[in-house]
Order: sequence, then C-alpha cells, then structure tokens
Amino acid sequence: MAELNQQDEDQPHGSLYRVAGALTITRAATTQREIDALPDPVTIDLEEVDRMDTVGAWIIYRTVRDRGAKVINASRDEVSLLKQVGEFDKPTRVVPDEPHNFLTALRELGEWVAETGRTLVGLLGFFGATLIGFANVIRKPSRRFRVNAVVQRFDVVGVRALGIIGLMSFLIGIVIAQQGSVQLAQFGAEVYTINLIGRITVRELGTLMTAIMVAGRSGSAFAAQLGTMKITEEIDAMRTIGVSPIEALVIPRMIAAVIMMPLLAFWAMLTALIGGGIFVWLDLAIPPLTYIQRLNETIPLTDMWVGMIKAPVFGFIIALAGCFQGMLVQGNSEEVGTRTTTAVVQSIFLVIVLDAVFAVFFSSIGWT
Amino acid sequence: MTDGKNDPATIPEGCHPIITVRHLKNAFGDQVIHENLDLTVCRGEILGVVGGSGTGKSVLLRSIIGLQTPESGEIEVLGENMVNRTEDEAKNIRRRWGILFQNGALFSTLTVAENVEVPIREYFPFIKPPLLDEIASYKIAMGGLPPEAGPKFPSELSGGMVKRAGLARALALDPELLFLDEPTAGLDPIAAAAFDQLILSLQQRLDLTVFLITHDLDTLHSICDRIAVLADQHVIAVGTIPELLALDHPWIQEYFNGPRGRAAAASYEHEVVA
Repeated sequence: MAELNQQDEDQPHGSLYRVAGALTITRAATTQREIDALPDPVTIDLEEVDRMDTVGAWIIYRTVRDRGAKVINASRDEVSLLKQVGEFDKPTRVVPDEPHNFLTALRELGEWVAETGRTLVGLLGFFGATLIGFANVIRKPSRRFRVNAVVQRFDVVGVRALGIIGLMSFLIGIVIAQQGSVQLAQFGAEVYTINLIGRITVRELGTLMTAIMVAGRSGSAFAAQLGTMKITEEIDAMRTIGVSPIEALVIPRMIAAVIMMPLLAFWAMLTALIGGGIFVWLDLAIPPLTYIQRLNETIPLTDMWVGMIKAPVFGFIIALAGCFQGMLVQGNSEEVGTRTTTAVVQSIFLVIVLDAVFAVFFSSIGWT
Repeated sequence: MTDGKNDPATIPEGCHPIITVRHLKNAFGDQVIHENLDLTVCRGEILGVVGGSGTGKSVLLRSIIGLQTPESGEIEVLGENMVNRTEDEAKNIRRRWGILFQNGALFSTLTVAENVEVPIREYFPFIKPPLLDEIASYKIAMGGLPPEAGPKFPSELSGGMVKRAGLARALALDPELLFLDEPTAGLDPIAAAAFDQLILSLQQRLDLTVFLITHDLDTLHSICDRIAVLADQHVIAVGTIPELLALDHPWIQEYFNGPRGRAAAASYEHEVVA
C-alpha cells in the first residue's frame, strides 16, 4: 500500500492521467477505459478530484495493484478511502464453477437418470403414503375425514370448472360435427355425422379433454399450493402440530379429483353432444328430436361406461402428480414454478398413456 | 407534546434534513395506520424507529421509499418530493439510496454476487464484466461476507448471511441513505452485535444516513443517534434515550424500563465504563 501514500516528489513519470471533478460510479466505465488505454507506467493525478466514491477509489486501487501505478496529489480523505477499499480486497469468487466438457455432459446424463429413478421411486412411495392415509381415514372417519376441506375442493375442482369445461366441450362438439359433415358429405353420408359425434365424444373426447383441462386447472393449482406451503414451512408446522399433511392436504384433493372427474366428464359429453346437435340442426337440417333418437340408436351403453370408468382414474393420476410434485418443492420460489410445470406435463402424459392402455383393454374385452 | 425539542415536527439545530415527512396519513380502507405523522431525518445520523407491533413502522418505511402511496401528506427524500412523482424522477432518487428488506429480499435465482451486480448493471450498463465482478466482490467483503459466499445462491445462505448479502446489495451504488428494516431480527446476539458494529463502521466510513426500524434494544443503545417512537398513529417523540425517558410517556417508559430495556441499558453502560 506504500504507493498509495502521498508522494514526496510530485514529478510524474510515464503517462499521466489527470482526473477532474467527480470520480464516482457514474463515470466508472469511462474512467476505466481511459486508464486501460494508457501505456505503463501510469501516474494518476487526483488533484482536481472533488468527489470520490468507493467505486472510483476501487478503480484507482486496482490500477495501483495490477499495474503498479503511482498516485499523486491525493487529499487525506482520498488516501483514507483508498486504504479502506484496499481492506476489502479479498479475492471473492463471483461465478460458480461450471466446466463444460464431455465428462460434465456424462455426469449430467447420469444425474438425470438417477433423478428420474428417484422420482419414480418417490412417486411409488407417495402413492403408498396416500394409501396408508386413506386407510387411516377409513378406519376412523369421524376424526380423520375432513369434510370441510373436501367440500371446498369439490367447489374449486368441480363446480368452478363447469363453465370453462362446458364451453370447451360445446365448441369441440361443433368442430367435430363440422369437420365430420364435410368429409362424410363426399360419400353422401352426412347423416353418419351423428354417429361420429356420439361415439367419439362419449367414448373418448369427453373424458380426455376434461382430464386435460382439470390437469391444467387443478393439477397445477395443487402443485403450486402445496409447493408454496412447503416453502413457507406451513407443512413442517403442520407435521409438528401432529396433523398429517397427507390426510389434511393430499387426501381431500384426491377425493375431489376422483369424484369430480366423472361428473365433469359427463357434463363435457353432454355439452359436446349439444354443440354437435346444434350444428347438425342448423347445417344439415336434422331436427333435435331425430338427433336424439339417432344418438340413442348408435351409442352403445358400453361407450358410456368406457368414458365413465376412465374418468376417476385420470382424476387420481392428476391429483397424484400434482400433490407429489408440490411436496417435492424445496428451497426457492422458482422451484414452485418448475414443479408445477412438471406436474401438468406429467399428468397429461400419464393420462394419454393410460387412455391408450384403456383403449386396448376395452376393445379386447369386446366393448367396441 | 409540550417539549418543543422532542417534538417530531421541529427540526433540530444544525440538521440538514434528508427525509422530511409532514402530516402523513395512511389508511387501508377504514383502518387508519398513520394520522398527522411528522418526522425529520438529518444528514449523517442513524435514526432508529421503534413502536409496538402493528403501529405501522413498515408502512412508514414503504411510504417513504414510495412503495405505498399515502392518502395525504408530504414526503421529501434527498430534496425530492416523493408523492405523485413520475417514474423518471423516482429513478434518480432510487439511485441514491439502498434498502435492506426484513427478509433480505434477495433475488432467489441469482447468486449473491449477481444480486449485488443487479443495481449496478441497471444504472451503469457500460461497466465491463471484470470491473463489475471486482466491484461486487469488494461490496460483498464490505457486507462482511466471506469470499466463498459470492457464487452461492440465497437458499444456501444462513439467515445472518442473507442479511449481509442484502446489505451488500443495498450498498452497491454507494448510497447516501440506507434504509434498514429490522436488520438484526432473527440473528443470534453475537451476530446481531457484529451486524450493529458493521452498520456503524460503514455509516462512519461511507458517510451514510441510516433510517433503521428495529425492536432490538441493544441496537438502539449502541448505534442509534436519535430514536423516533411511533405510537397512536404518529411519531410521539424523537430524541436520544435519556431525552425520551424524561418525557414520562407510559409506552416509552414501559419500552425502555421494562426488564429487557433495563438489561440492555445496563450492559451498554457497563461497556461504556469499561
């Protein structure tokens, strides 16, 4: 630090850098550039500086440190500020280590595989914990079953979704009818549009579209709610009080999803049929009564069962994925977002995979 | 208040006001938080603000820094009017202060060093990365953090380190004015005392004015120049602890002469004598 003390001989040598006015953060970029442009050895004249802040002092300090510059005509305050910043010169690392090479890629792949494995095992464990929770609730329903929580979830998951799911299905019904009639008209078989609408909505789309909507609406909400509660330590607080978070938070959501999914799916089927019926009536001039009669003839009851059996299973999957991802949240608020995304992606993916499995299963038992 | 000296509306002698609050009124619906609140903060002092829970200490801070628009009243910070000003005017003042929020309010997706760099990047985008990193690193050292804290994320820090990182970020732009919201809350006594000393030494070195909300009696005794007492929806008195004690207000007496207040006073006197 000796160089920082006032120099006895005021004779500048090498290139001279004279700063005037304020040597502050406002001029930091310019000052640094100007100093960088000077050839060694540098002498910095602070005589005309009237204000210096710690950033200005730091720039002078690092020039002295790295290039052996000389400082002249510094006032006492300036010398003390220079000394003070010097005290804080501890080589602090700023960027986390991130080597990018083949080994890192390999390690990341390995970590990803291990993580996926852990997630699967965790999901299985969570599934088990939920079953135990259910068993406890069934054993002592009067004490463990939280009626209020369940009813509130019914409202949020089911009743409040009626509007959007109804509108969505209504429009899908119209789209199927419109597209179907255009194609079937080529064979002069417009009347079969009714078969198309009836079977595809009741057997497949009613349930599937409802599941996707519920996953986006409620599955994400489950993950976000539980994740936030995890971050604010509400779930830990619950545990220490002796309330099981599985019983208090997860089971009401699961019950709500499992019970509401078939009801919503049925509602979706109805509105899709109504949407299709209106299109058929207006475009193909088939009156509603005929439409209903044709539906009655073409839709086998088993189609209805196919749709209705799938619905609670999808509801369960959505609630499981949402709650599981929510409970996995740790650390910061960003993770709530990523976990919520994962919950939605996972549940929609699982729903579609299961839908395919169901399709094979039902046709092999003869419900075609 | 009959005693003019401790009346919050009077400006003490030799005081260059940095924050002036006049007739402030804050209310949420029917619930009035502040009514006719006056306060002056002088250049170079550490002003402690105390008050019971729910007396609106944080609301006062939020009004002064412009996060809460008051119902009525005037607020002046660093010579600029804070009520009803445009975003551009506000930006000029924001450059000149630093704020340490109660829970640090560090950006959770950025490392400590990046957190400190945020205000610098925002106002001075032309500073080159090597210099920026060095600035961040000495600010981190100023905040009293060890060198290895720089690349860590806030979720990896302890409570005390979060506060120090928040302080380093508040100091990023060399502010003239520092707002601290309960800086020692949640720290162990040793860490709290060290933090008090850190604030005091920074205040002296960098010539800061500090507006400090606290419940910590030790902080009040050891570093505050003056103390403003918030009660009954306004600042009932401002002054040093002996001055406040002379006022004979029941809440002030209870606060400073309760068992904790006496213990803090005793330990402080002991320290001064020794």
